Amino acid sequence: MIILVNVLRELMGLFVDDGALALAIVAIVVLAALVAALMPDLPLAAGAVLLVGGLGTLLLNVISAGRR
Amino acid sequence: MTGGLALIWPAMAAAFLASLVEAVEALTIVLAVATVRGWHPAGLGAATGLVALTIIVVALGPLLDLVPLHLLQLVIGILLLLFGMRWLRKAILRAAGVIPLHDEATAFATETAELRDQARRHEARLDWLAALASFKAVLLEGLEVVFIVIALSAGRGMLVPASAGALAACLLVAGIGFVVHRPLARVPENTLKFAVGVMLSAFGVFWTGEGLGVDWPGADLAIVAFAAIFLATGGAAVVVLRRPRAEALP
Repeated sequence: MIILVNVLRELMGLFVDDGALALAIVAIVVLAALVAALMPDLPLAAGAVLLVGGLGTLLLNVISAGRR
Repeated sequence: MTGGLALIWPAMAAAFLASLVEAVEALTIVLAVATVRGWHPAGLGAATGLVALTIIVVALGPLLDLVPLHLLQLVIGILLLLFGMRWLRKAILRAAGVIPLHDEATAFATETAELRDQARRHEARLDWLAALASFKAVLLEGLEVVFIVIALSAGRGMLVPASAGALAACLLVAGIGFVVHRPLARVPENTLKFAVGVMLSAFGVFWTGEGLGVDWPGADLAIVAFAAIFLATGGAAVVVLRRPRAEALP
């Protein structure tokens, strides 16, 4: 049982290392989904949110980690 | 069609490089087990891990066909974003000197010391514990390889090139490890992780967008542009993070 829990924990660790980064990525995807739903005539708007949001999230995260 | 063909090389290269990193990490642990307890538990654990991986792939693989393509792309895109940006973040911080580089020689020494410590405490059960360490390493690193291959394929017929890239990397590392019997400490792991993080993040943005109904300009070729943007951003972040440290030096 302990082995299974350890394996599951390590599997979770594949995707989530820094909780703040993971949460921010999910928030960006939710925002992009909202934009896609609210602006179906502008599908690229959701794409821009994804790309710019992803890059911005990454930059902010590494800069704040560098200052710690 | 051009777009589909344009995806083959990035998918194969990303699968190859990512699998190279995972295989090197698995090899380090298997070698540590072999050094402390011999090749029998190390080989047994690794072989059992490969069998478990095969069972998982054979059992779960066909289920993917049941998932609608857009949903599959969305879920895999989000997982790729989480996975790729996690690697890219770590590679940026390591390249900038914020956190120490991963060192296979140190990982090997740590694993060997842990196994020796276990030997003192549980001599009778040690072969099982050693085999378990080898099994866990192969299973977990292998699952990462399987995920990367499936994610890069994502319903676009890239399963064969991505699998070929991953298989080539695993065979290469296993072959070199078999010959040299030492952890592959000279592999530039952080550079590989940086490159893979860039590519997986680019694929992640692309698949997530496709899942949300985004019609990317240039179709599949957009991935190459995203990779270039992530690469430039990651490189700029390393420069920015390095500067204050360099200025702080006397």
